[in-house]
Amino acid sequence: MENQSEDILLVKTSETEYKYGFTTDVEQEYAEIGLSEDIVRFISAKKNEPEWMLEWRLKAYQQWLKMAEPDWAKLGFPKIDFQSIIYYAATKKKPKLNSLDEVDPEIRKTWDKLGISAMEQNKLGNVAMDFVMDSESVFTSFKEELNKKGIIFCSISEAIQEHGDLVKQYIGSVVPPRDNFYSALNSAVFSDGSFVYIPKGVRCPMELSTYFRINAENTGQFERTLIIADDDSYVSYLEGCTAPQRDENQLHAAVVELVAHDRAEIKYSTVQNWYPGDENGKGGVYNFVTKRGICQGYKSKISWTQVETGSAITWKYPSCILKGDYSIGEFYSVAVTNNYQQADTGTKMVHIGKNTRSRIVSKGISAGKSQNAYRGLVQIQPNADNSYNFSQCDSMLMGGECGAHTFPYIEIKNQTGKVEHEASTSKIGEDQLFYCNQRGIGAEEAVHLIVNGFCKEVFKELPMEFAVEAQKLLEITLENSVG
Amino acid sequence: MLEVKNLHARIEEKEILKGLNIKVNKGEVHAIMGPNGTGKSTFASILAGKDGYEITEGEMLFEGQEISEMDPSERAHLGMFLAFQYPVEIPGVSTTNFMKAAINEKRKAHGQAPIEAKAFLEMMKEKSKIVELNKEFLTRSINEGFSGGEKKRNEIFQMAMLEPKLCVLDETDSGLDIDALRIVANGVNSLRNSENAFLVITHYQRLLDYIVPDFVHIMYDGKIVKTGDKSLALELEKKGYDWVKSELAQG
Repeated sequence: MENQSEDILLVKTSETEYKYGFTTDVEQEYAEIGLSEDIVRFISAKKNEPEWMLEWRLKAYQQWLKMAEPDWAKLGFPKIDFQSIIYYAATKKKPKLNSLDEVDPEIRKTWDKLGISAMEQNKLGNVAMDFVMDSESVFTSFKEELNKKGIIFCSISEAIQEHGDLVKQYIGSVVPPRDNFYSALNSAVFSDGSFVYIPKGVRCPMELSTYFRINAENTGQFERTLIIADDDSYVSYLEGCTAPQRDENQLHAAVVELVAHDRAEIKYSTVQNWYPGDENGKGGVYNFVTKRGICQGYKSKISWTQVETGSAITWKYPSCILKGDYSIGEFYSVAVTNNYQQADTGTKMVHIGKNTRSRIVSKGISAGKSQNAYRGLVQIQPNADNSYNFSQCDSMLMGGECGAHTFPYIEIKNQTGKVEHEASTSKIGEDQLFYCNQRGIGAEEAVHLIVNGFCKEVFKELPMEFAVEAQKLLEITLENSVG
Repeated sequence: MLEVKNLHARIEEKEILKGLNIKVNKGEVHAIMGPNGTGKSTFASILAGKDGYEITEGEMLFEGQEISEMDPSERAHLGMFLAFQYPVEIPGVSTTNFMKAAINEKRKAHGQAPIEAKAFLEMMKEKSKIVELNKEFLTRSINEGFSGGEKKRNEIFQMAMLEPKLCVLDETDSGLDIDALRIVANGVNSLRNSENAFLVITHYQRLLDYIVPDFVHIMYDGKIVKTGDKSLALELEKKGYDWVKSELAQG
């Protein structure tokens, strides 16, 4: 009886296998290894891009050459050799697809394994999906139905061809290429991603969703997402990601830009489950992502919800620039790390407009030997009269070998601003476990219950199907990991 | 139902139970009384299987099975329930979800399918009446921000939901005002039947006015030193624990 549950829980840090670690066997073509101006030209040419796009990329590449990798995050990893990465991989060109039936059967199999069965998609009927594997968007569903409402939902490559003016107007307007090292890299070599435009007064009738998948070996994934919500529109967008299980590290450096005009609302949800590496810290995806939204318009609203369970390293701060008066920014995050995973994640809320409000709810869970940091900036600029932020950052530790860290930065340059910050760190208590056990709830189930309770505020922000998925992911990530 | 023979247990190097004996049959209510620090609550924790105690000698039989090597959850599945002296808060987990998990885990252990939503809700409704808990309670995070009385009523509610064979009440009366005490006691009484048994641990005779025991045991220095009927509790109330101590000293 002595220390029984402790033993059970400490035995295996994580023997749970990453269930998305398979690869898809399709014919692919690659760019040459490494990065040069020629590679940037090659990618642009592959995509048959207009001149302005190529020039934009080349400029970004030149800027990238002059930049250094950021080193301020609480992350430790060997220096990345950017010349050993393949910057473009795509399945051999297929004719344009008009229905799900035309998708390569190997890719269909991939979907089945990922649990995105086309059947289910049809049945659910309220999710339109874009599927991006490596450098290429494979298929976008429900396009026609959306077109009727004037909604554009397609791959960014297609948008560059078909809606060049919109892309030209907005790309880089929220995250300029020079913003940081990885955004410059992405701007030079981005291969695909999703593009969304919601016209004035339109409420998007279904969830829009993109599923990102790294498949090819030694490949970096650099997707670019751009979402524009015009006046009085609404859209909810979901993003999911997985990668095969490989011993070497893979680089993922995405850029997401959101623009919300007057009274528009964008809800952006992510369930990030890139391969985290094995229990000894070998392999896994390096996830260096720049996500930012601008509340451009009066009373506009952007809400980020993220559930981060994957990646060896996560470096990600989905942010809101609250420019429009009375605009609202929200950030809800659950970040779970186990084994040797490292996460440095959080948000930036930049209050520029008057009467702007922001809300941050961050839940970090660390297990194994992992390190989990929340880093957040709340900035109230001189003209942002009567602005308000509420931040709540809670950390939960499992076992004695992991770490949780909180780095809140608060800059207030306006006397009328109001900022509230709450933080807590807790351990899953022996008392809580015993209480559950005594009611007949076993150790594993008790941990699920306690952790789900801890994350409840964030989960309730997710669309229903995603919330269930997120809960399952959390359970898998934390299996056998409590002490 | 429960038979504890010559139980010795310690926490780290400190011996707390020093040869405890007790036998509880179904249909019976036993009270264990005794001064602070004599090991009453420790005994309750050890029965339920809490970590950190080492049993050095003796037996604990529940329906003829030795339980000292079993997990707390296994013991719960056999039908043991402990109403905590200090019920634990679990933020974000409602009483409803907590009970659903508990009932389904128990059903799973007995090879039964999960309870149907409708049956579960009806059961919740019915059992919450026993301790006069209103609906709004069941959706709140368990024990979070509950008053002392609410926590204890919630414990009895859970007891009613899980329909255990042996109910151990660890100082359920502590921190209760007279009204809450009456509600809790009524709840317990309504659950009494010929198939289950209760072990009521308390400092005060007061609770036993409401939950009338068949046997009263006095525990002192890690073992039961005196056993009688309900009049023993009254005598103890009158004479105080010093009476027991001096009786023991005289041998």
